[in-house]
Amino acid sequence: MQFEAVIGLEVHAQLTTASKIFCSCSTAFGAAPNTHVCEVCMAAPGTLPVLNKKVVDYAIKLALATNATIHPVAVFARKNYFYPDLPKGYQISQYDLPIATGGYIQIEVGSQTKRIRLVRIHMEEDAGKLIHDEHRPVSFVDFNRTGVPLLEIVSEPDIRSPEEAVAYLKKLRAILRYLEICDGNMEEGSLRCDANISIRPLGSKELGTKVELKNMNSFKHVQRALEYEIRRQTALYLDGKEIIQETRLFDVEKGVTVSMRGKEEAHDYRYFPDPDLVPLKVDDQWVEDIRQTLPELPDVKKERFMKEYGLPAYDAEIIISSRHLAEFFEACVKIFPKPKIVSNWIMTEVLRELNREGKEIHETKLTPELFTELLKLLEDNVISSTAAKKVFSEVYKTGKRPAQIVEEQGLRQESDEETLRAICQKLVKEHPKEVEKYRSGKKGVIGFFVGQVMRETKGKANPKVVNKLLTELLESE
Amino acid sequence: MSCFWDSLLSLRERLAKKELSSQELVKHFFERIKEVEPKVRAYITLTEEGALAQAKEADKALAAGENKPLLGIPLAIKDNICIRGVRTTCASRMLENFVPTYNATVIERLRDAGAIFLGKTNLDEFAMGSSTENSAFFPTHNPWDLERVPGGSSGGSAAAVAAGLCAGALGSDTGGSIRQPASFCGVVGLKPTYGRVSRYGLVAFASSLDQIGPLTRTVADTALLLQVIAGPDNRDSTCVDQEVPDYLAALDMDLKGCKVGVPKEYFGQGLSQEVAQAIEASLEVMRDLGLEVKEVSLPHSPYAIAAYYIIAPAEASSNLARYDGVKYGFRAEGKDLLDMYKKTRSQGFGPEVKRRIMIGTYALSAGYYDAYYKKASQVRTLITKDFAEAFKEVDFVLGPVAPSPAFKIGERTADPLEMYLSDIYTISVNLAGIVGLSLPCAFSEKGLPIGLQIMGPHFSEERVLALGHQFERALGLFKQHPGL
Repeated sequence: MQFEAVIGLEVHAQLTTASKIFCSCSTAFGAAPNTHVCEVCMAAPGTLPVLNKKVVDYAIKLALATNATIHPVAVFARKNYFYPDLPKGYQISQYDLPIATGGYIQIEVGSQTKRIRLVRIHMEEDAGKLIHDEHRPVSFVDFNRTGVPLLEIVSEPDIRSPEEAVAYLKKLRAILRYLEICDGNMEEGSLRCDANISIRPLGSKELGTKVELKNMNSFKHVQRALEYEIRRQTALYLDGKEIIQETRLFDVEKGVTVSMRGKEEAHDYRYFPDPDLVPLKVDDQWVEDIRQTLPELPDVKKERFMKEYGLPAYDAEIIISSRHLAEFFEACVKIFPKPKIVSNWIMTEVLRELNREGKEIHETKLTPELFTELLKLLEDNVISSTAAKKVFSEVYKTGKRPAQIVEEQGLRQESDEETLRAICQKLVKEHPKEVEKYRSGKKGVIGFFVGQVMRETKGKANPKVVNKLLTELLESE
Repeated sequence: MSCFWDSLLSLRERLAKKELSSQELVKHFFERIKEVEPKVRAYITLTEEGALAQAKEADKALAAGENKPLLGIPLAIKDNICIRGVRTTCASRMLENFVPTYNATVIERLRDAGAIFLGKTNLDEFAMGSSTENSAFFPTHNPWDLERVPGGSSGGSAAAVAAGLCAGALGSDTGGSIRQPASFCGVVGLKPTYGRVSRYGLVAFASSLDQIGPLTRTVADTALLLQVIAGPDNRDSTCVDQEVPDYLAALDMDLKGCKVGVPKEYFGQGLSQEVAQAIEASLEVMRDLGLEVKEVSLPHSPYAIAAYYIIAPAEASSNLARYDGVKYGFRAEGKDLLDMYKKTRSQGFGPEVKRRIMIGTYALSAGYYDAYYKKASQVRTLITKDFAEAFKEVDFVLGPVAPSPAFKIGERTADPLEMYLSDIYTISVNLAGIVGLSLPCAFSEKGLPIGLQIMGPHFSEERVLALGHQFERALGLFKQHPGL
């Protein structure tokens, strides 16, 4: 029996506004506990929230970027529950009248483009953080994060596999980063993902019982948690056991999901419109003003890269995944107009270094000028591709000019035919047995001679030229 | 040299003429407080030291010829309005030792106007009640009859004004909490339009209904205080961005030919004979003033109390969630988090507060929301429409403030429902967000004050105060004081 997964994601994106959503405290990460707080975000008696309009700007940006419908009147609602990190005893969120509904995000599935529809985008405030003492049975609360603005993006259950879920998250992150409204760092919690997942026999139209998954703070965790959950639910189904509606946590160490709370323990949040905030009116002018500030978005850029630079869809998707990387690519192509060579190098050497360091291209010493200079040296046969890789990692590390590195490390390639022919002739003379073998049909022996040339030249010989010369010498007479 | 019964305007004049200094004035009030306060118990906290220091500053400013609207004038503040550095208890064990680090916007404005604060006045815990008996600390006594309640929840402020324990006061009104005690204590009290006065720093009971307003001896004084505290505030989104007119200048506006509506629904069962007669007599005065009196209908007013006792507790249940023992205020030790929450809230809140939190929590619960909160919100809209319809025909709506004069302490504490009915004539004004002014119109046979309520449309304070002022001058009741 074949099964398919039905997955919907709820993503929380922490916004990069300078101040909090309902007070003027800083949102900066990493400050000493309870230093970015005031009477408003600490919920002192009598204090009132005042909406930071920048948060609405950011919400409109994302709504426009995902083709969502922006509503002319949006209402903030209180989500009531007790927890020490929630100073008011309620979170100001949105309920039945969010700022935007509908819209979609496009992902690549195989060679197909698939739209994952959105249910809604809404604004809300973040909670604080609990810090538990390791030695004593006490906990501390840090309210710095309290009131940091979030956008919650809820997808329809249109996702059918863990891979699609990751592709959706990556695309959403790219959009958020292009818009410069969220840094998208899952490990630091500025992008958080919960999943609703159920399974059903392939072909069935009915929905199975869904399980909510939490605590997945990297793309890898999302992938692993969903894969595990599909296996778990499939096994239950095949055993004829019931799948229980519940919330489960992903255990990173064990790679499994464990039950956190059942349906009957679910909170009743007693949502109602927040009487401290007037309904938010978003007029066409506001939306138009924001539209003017939108950058070229990932999907549009991808199309353009494919058309303008002839990149394959796969290359384009990778390059546009980061706005900075895409800008870097374009700057390079302007200087060195061979897009495929540029993209090949970006997808291999450049991304390897970036991923290793967890950096974005603009945070490194590698500039389009340095990078294209290197590609030019390779193109002109001044260095071999092996040497180029060596030079690249040096440029990346130091920001030195490639030509300088080539000179300093003596990496210049020997391509002069006269010089190389003399060496080849000498070697052919010195190894008559091998020449015999070659001529009796064991063409592979040419490798032996190439190796000898390389040894003689300390690896600097241009292997293409050496090959050509050796073939000439061995085939003649 | 008596000053306890002076109006704010009179005191302002006397201070300007150097007849007396602000320091003398403050000292006089504290002498009277020492004498009378033990009988009335209007104050939770007295701030004598601070008041004297403020008075000293005021005298310097007066000597320098500074001209601020309330320079050197001593006021009392309801103890649910935050003053920086002064304990703000809300008459609750929960906040018994809470000292705010910030001023309410109204406090900032009063300070900027030169006012002096004598202390913080008693109230029903978290402003929930109609008699000030729900104070966690002690009940306040009605200066006209010490065995009776001063009304509530701003009973401390009303009693302080009536007993000459301050020159004027601020209260807050969620369902009648300024107007009903004003009526019981024979003073003037105004519930301004919702959004006229900033709520920042007023400890929330029901956010969509709460409004701060003055309690004073005369309507002109109320106009003066409103002038100072009203106006937009960027710390309160619900405070309306609308200019503040000159209320004092408008007091003598010509109102001849204006129409006064009397809702027929207000004169049914439950209204005491004495109050009905007082209102009838007031209508005669209105006619004498040149106004036309006609009957109007507010057909949905019978549902006001029911709607109010869903909406207000619903909001309260959420507003009071912050008192969890984690950040400030009272905390009871518990064996774990849940236990700490339960003990803190069980011990920190009094019975009426708990009752309302439970009602509100229930009304907002999944499966009940539509039947209760949503339905109540719809009724609220209908009540607002009733007034809008009435105001198409008349300029003012007149009625009683409370069904009876002040009742005895302990008389209604056993039956919360009967207590809730004290607010039957005031609650609609909060639900509709309109203006409601309470001012004395008669005395009962037993010598207890009876209040008249003048209601006007949103932002009609100018006219409402003008009518109140002209009525007050015609009657002259403000010259009477309790024999304390």
